[in-house]
Amino acid sequence: MTGVKDDVPGGRPLLCVEGVTKSFPGVRALDGVDLTLRAGEVHVLLGENGAGKSTLIKMLSGAHRPDEGRLLADGGQDGTREGLHEVHIRSAQDAERLGIATIYQEFNLVPGLTVAENIFLGRQPRNRLGLVDKKTMRTRAAALLRRVRLDVSPDTPVGELGIARLQMVEIAKALSLDARVLIMDEPTAVLTSEEVETLFEIVRELRDGGVGVIFITHHLDEIGILGDRVTVLRDGRSVREVPAATDEDELIRLMVGRDIAEQYPRQRPDEPGAPVLRVRGLTRRGAAAGPVFEGIDFEVRAGEVVGLAGLVGAGRTEVVRAIFGVDRYDAGTVEIDGKELARGDVRAAMRAGLGLVPEDRKGQGLVLDASLQDNLTLARLDRDTRGGLVDRGTQRREAAAVAAQLKVRMSGLGQSARTLSGGNQQKIVIGKWLLTDTRLLILDEPTRGIDVGAKVEIYQLINELTASGRAVLMISSDLPEVLGMSDRVLVMSQGRLAGELPAEAATQDAVMELALQAPDHPKSTQHNDESAMEGSDVH
Amino acid sequence: MSTEVKTGAAAEAVGRAPERDGLAPWLSRAVLRNGPLGGLIALVVVMAVLSRDFLNGQNLLNVGVQASVTAILAFGVTFVIVSAGIDLSVGSVAALSATVVAWAATGEGLPVWLAVLLGLAVGAVSGLISGALVAYGKLPAFIATLAMLSVGRGLALVISGGSPIAFPGSVGALGDTLGGWLPVPVLVMIAMGLVAALILARTYSGRAMFAIGGNEEAARLSGIHVKRRKLVIYALSGLFAAVAGIVLAARLTSAQPQAATGYELDAIAAVVIGGASLSGGSGKASGTLIGALILAVLRNGLNLLSVSAFWQQVATGLVIALAVLLDTLRRRSAR
Repeated sequence: MTGVKDDVPGGRPLLCVEGVTKSFPGVRALDGVDLTLRAGEVHVLLGENGAGKSTLIKMLSGAHRPDEGRLLADGGQDGTREGLHEVHIRSAQDAERLGIATIYQEFNLVPGLTVAENIFLGRQPRNRLGLVDKKTMRTRAAALLRRVRLDVSPDTPVGELGIARLQMVEIAKALSLDARVLIMDEPTAVLTSEEVETLFEIVRELRDGGVGVIFITHHLDEIGILGDRVTVLRDGRSVREVPAATDEDELIRLMVGRDIAEQYPRQRPDEPGAPVLRVRGLTRRGAAAGPVFEGIDFEVRAGEVVGLAGLVGAGRTEVVRAIFGVDRYDAGTVEIDGKELARGDVRAAMRAGLGLVPEDRKGQGLVLDASLQDNLTLARLDRDTRGGLVDRGTQRREAAAVAAQLKVRMSGLGQSARTLSGGNQQKIVIGKWLLTDTRLLILDEPTRGIDVGAKVEIYQLINELTASGRAVLMISSDLPEVLGMSDRVLVMSQGRLAGELPAEAATQDAVMELALQAPDHPKSTQHNDESAMEGSDVH
Repeated sequence: MSTEVKTGAAAEAVGRAPERDGLAPWLSRAVLRNGPLGGLIALVVVMAVLSRDFLNGQNLLNVGVQASVTAILAFGVTFVIVSAGIDLSVGSVAALSATVVAWAATGEGLPVWLAVLLGLAVGAVSGLISGALVAYGKLPAFIATLAMLSVGRGLALVISGGSPIAFPGSVGALGDTLGGWLPVPVLVMIAMGLVAALILARTYSGRAMFAIGGNEEAARLSGIHVKRRKLVIYALSGLFAAVAGIVLAARLTSAQPQAATGYELDAIAAVVIGGASLSGGSGKASGTLIGALILAVLRNGLNLLSVSAFWQQVATGLVIALAVLLDTLRRRSAR
């Protein structure tokens, strides 16, 4: 069925989106989007964050309604086209009736209920007395779980399952609805490579059974492996439909609207400057399991990008939070320009020239419902206060300047941070530190969940920072990114610095070897079960 | 801030002439479009239609006087709610501050200015203690200020021995009128409202309130001393409560230890009717003023219509629920 790559693959159309337009205050989210999904195909929806993918799938699942254009599917009344009828999807129930199931990135599962109860939530089989027929429900759930190769009992509370298994429960739920259209929003973002394999097998099975799958992913390499056709969205428009075999550079070009010269455009300095940050013997004792981190020694010089690699849970975030004064540490020193920094004092760290872009953009980086101007100027609020009053004029000018410098896509500085796409949100968090005298910027997972175009913009910004003599300390679990952007790579393993590699010697194998190095003292290995580094197997 | 966007939309809608297709649909649209201000206008229109006595200057000034104490308390509570906290103690702190002023001036013979200063200081310190319990003691704001509610009321009773103390005459002028018609409580309310608006929009503490209420962790990681700010926030709430207490006592010409009982709930209602979210990060002084006026117009109007005090309570509850419900709907449709 997928062999015919040059012709239209798949069978008859299941779902048509025709010229759909949707505006929100200040933003045109969709602008004349066309899409045809056929039975038995995996149709990849590709686009940068903010291109309109989420709005489109929310429309197909009944959360938004189109301003213009129409949706065609089986089961409507008028406007026949190839056996399809115009439909109005006003609610999740409407979508369900049309056989459209959506699996969002944020799962819709109730943690306290069992797997079986979640699968049949609201549609539990009843017996003659009108009570829930637990036995039938359990049998049917077990059958569905076998189909998705999930080896858990239907009676397991969902709250006890890891994220990969939750995903499988969501798929089982979609199967229980006999969905003919399955929409999956970045299902692989949280999975390890083995789990991704299983997921792909299940998706292929569904496809061969005639289901039409809309698949959203940021991992370009997955497109050729799983997809049949690709619709590229850019700025709310459907740019083009191309076969999945299209090469990655071409896909990026369609997505971004221009050529991206290089994925990791690092310009390494000839010679780094004087040390800005010097960390000596930094130690934080933890609970019985062992120290959170211990004996951390390193320095970062002006003009340098130092990568901090390691497995999730190796203590990288804890170390930078301690340096920035967010969390306390028990022993060791942090020096900026040779002067020791007070412990546990964010303000002192900022005054000394540090800035931190935290890993959890929404939870720690932004005040989501505040305006972009308020977010950008938050770290310099004291500086903009004169005679007891905040100088809003200066704030507006400074915020406007940095937003322009970072090319933030927004309707205005009064827009709330919540309504921006991930990449633009990250630019705001970084912009906040450009508006203070930051000389060492600490970036914790700066490009997580950000599309290709915005990633390269952030890399270019890192280049600009270091070219102007500032330094960057970057934590990243995306190994190609660490290797591509760092001048030196520090590798942490289980709370210790396992080694340091210059850019020339830093290969994926060398970093992984250090990251997996056995500790010289016994320590809990709770973080090692999902040990695959995100970047090592994809991209 | 989304509140700024809101003001723009409201101003635009107010400028538009009402369409002539009946009062009821116009009213509902006005309310939906303009939120709290629309609600207030609608309520005034309804009261004016129902009672001939409502729309005269003297009565409207009465409404202002009736709103003043609630509004001044509510301005203080706005700071707390914007920062995602709650202050249940303002009624008690108001009574305690007024009692201290009367006790110091009338009972101990201190100069009146010193007595007033002492009263304001007592209010601020009460807030400071609540703030310390919240910021450093890590108590939930609900519990810390519930404790202060009880302690404040108790101290007021202890100091006064349980009976009213005459209020010094020169401060009593705060309850009078200027030129025989303009009530001073209304002027104090307007002045405190302007101060509150200035604090919220233009001071370091005010901007920090929005950041802390919106995302405390992001505020902390941006170098804001969240704990110190909380001390300031609750102290401001206590200070505003003290002013409200003094205005109330001046109107009653005596400080009564049992005065302002339950006023904290009116104040919270005014803030919420005014469009602030209890989850923090949003709120405006003008909204709070409108909230307090809505409550006062409702009570005054129902009195004029001779509705029993029992049914007034019911009506007040319904209006609070309706106001917040409409505001939620309005925000959802604007999204």
